Amino acid sequence: MKKHFFKSFIENIYLFLMFLFLYFPIVILMIFSFNSIKSTSNWGGFSTRWYVQMFSDDALLGAFGTTITIAIIAALASCVIGTAAAIGIQGFRSKRLKGLINAVTNLPMVSSELVMGVSMMMLFLTVKIPLGYFTLLLAHITFCVPYVIVSVLPKLVQLDAGLYEAALDLGAKPFYAFRKVVLPEIKPGIISGMLIAFTLSIDDFVISFFTTGNGVNNLSIYIYSSVRRGVNPMYNALSTVMFILVAILLFIINKRSSSKTGDSPIGVLG
Amino acid sequence: MGKHLIEFKNVCKTFDDTEVLKNINLHIDENEFLTLLGPSGCGKSTLLRIIAGFEEPTSGSVCFEGADLCGVPAYERKVNTVFQRYALFPHLDVYDNIAFGLHIKKLGSKEIDSKVRRVLELVNLKGFERRTIGSLSGGQQQRIAIARAIVNEPKVLLLDEPLAALDLKLRQGMQLELKNMQRELGITFVYVTHDQEEALTMSDTIVVMKEGTIQQIGKPTDIYNEPKNAYVADFIGESNIISGIMKHDCLVNIMDTDLECVDTGFAPDESVDVVIRPEDIYILDPDKGKITGVVESVTFKGVHYEMVIDSNGFKWLVHDTAKYEVGSDVSLLVKPFDIHIMKKS
Ligand SMILES: Nc1ncnc2c1ncn2[C@@H]1O[C@H](COP(=O)(O)OP(=O)(O)OP(=O)(O)O)[C@@H](O)[C@H]1O
Ligand SMILES: [Mg+2]
Repeated sequence: MKKHFFKSFIENIYLFLMFLFLYFPIVILMIFSFNSIKSTSNWGGFSTRWYVQMFSDDALLGAFGTTITIAIIAALASCVIGTAAAIGIQGFRSKRLKGLINAVTNLPMVSSELVMGVSMMMLFLTVKIPLGYFTLLLAHITFCVPYVIVSVLPKLVQLDAGLYEAALDLGAKPFYAFRKVVLPEIKPGIISGMLIAFTLSIDDFVISFFTTGNGVNNLSIYIYSSVRRGVNPMYNALSTVMFILVAILLFIINKRSSSKTGDSPIGVLG
Repeated sequence: MGKHLIEFKNVCKTFDDTEVLKNINLHIDENEFLTLLGPSGCGKSTLLRIIAGFEEPTSGSVCFEGADLCGVPAYERKVNTVFQRYALFPHLDVYDNIAFGLHIKKLGSKEIDSKVRRVLELVNLKGFERRTIGSLSGGQQQRIAIARAIVNEPKVLLLDEPLAALDLKLRQGMQLELKNMQRELGITFVYVTHDQEEALTMSDTIVVMKEGTIQQIGKPTDIYNEPKNAYVADFIGESNIISGIMKHDCLVNIMDTDLECVDTGFAPDESVDVVIRPEDIYILDPDKGKITGVVESVTFKGVHYEMVIDSNGFKWLVHDTAKYEVGSDVSLLVKPFDIHIMKKS
């Protein structure tokens, strides 16, 4: 009994310390985003002046717009491409081929972002697509697709192949059968995949850094280049907003995947 | 007899080098109740899936109303299937599952409504319209699967072990219902089962299959009374199968005993399989019958007793309403026309 108590006490302390180190800096950052003076160490009273300043900064709002539009388009596009790819992979009769294609699609998820970013940049330069909004979008779609595949594929595996056949049997043309029978069954996976893609796209810095150009900045690049010029509490405010946005998205994704089935596609996100 | 509705000509099917169907020749007539009967894995479902359009034959052809089915997609075929694993749409309720095919045919909502209600009554599930699929028992799901197929009034209904999940009483009820539906609606049924009793009670024609080949096609009475070989005889009911030698026409020798029979056309001294049904054997007092033996076991089966008679090591299975005590000496008698002689296979 006593031993059990001791053990759980240690466990709780450990957990507490872990969360402290993980989230303390973020909490500090959030608090100081409401600081009324420019100091990062002294508290000068509560104010929302950095938030006001943030929303009147045109360059920042432009970058914010880029981030959001890229995230939305990348999420939608990767969700279409990824779902189609997952259906294709599931359709392979040969187990070996299936495994191979699966491994290839998973590779971008485990390989370093740096490698992805640099290689995509090289590709764009080689085929002479000028770096800018379009290449940034292409890069984001590319790195999002595997995550959609990973979250749709388990749903397809669960899906009774007989359902699609049953729809055909009742006279449904293949696309109608897909829309009416397959899609509703794998929709949770598609939406989870889309949310993951959206979150990753908002969050991405490394790949964006290498694949954009021509003065097109998204938020993370904008912050990176501004912070180098000098710290401004406005970025605290900005980081707070982004952190909360991403946290909400992650919360939704986790809630979805844990309420539906045990296999959480978010596992790959750590 | 009507014209041939479906015709299989030399159909073979291989999956990754394994032959699942071997040279199938078969025709199915209009309004026929045809049953595919065979043990698990003999290719019954595969045959059905070829008719439905989910598999293409590796070689050979399948014709429907005289036209080759090759290349006709499943959704254009005038058949509906009751799937072995139901394949009900889990995101739709009972009503929408049944109405699925009717919506595709673009019927009016009033017509759909009355059809769905009628078919629900037919399968004894009135009032289940708004139930979700997940909330139904296995037997109820099976009946919804039947309703969903039959509501489309197809030319041919393919049923893959549609009653396998039901208890005996419900199964017998549904057997009658299905048979009635088939007669009333004038639909051709192709029915898959591995239950020989079900096959015998429901079918116009039975096709007995073994490892991808057709062993025998015939009316239930023919299959039961005149099985073509020992395999069919054994599969279609309990039998005593014993090796024998055909002395000449109408005389067979088993266990050193000559027995009169009615079969002809065998070579002199040809070795054959002799099949005798347990209910065709009479147990008599010793020295009254031809074959002697000792009662080894007696089991009460409701209407009759099932007895095992040991005769020089061969164990005869006998059904009789009279009971003989274990250990008593008896003799057995079989009438000539109850002895079925088959070529060795
Ligand atoms: N898609 C497939 N790929 C490879 N082999 C298959 C495929 N479908 C069926 N088979 C094989 O073909 C054989 C016949 O299968 P089928 O489903 O037709 O049997 P069945 O007679 O319906 O059996 P059961 O009574 O168990 O349903 C089996 O050995 C099965 O493993
Ligand atoms: Mg089967």
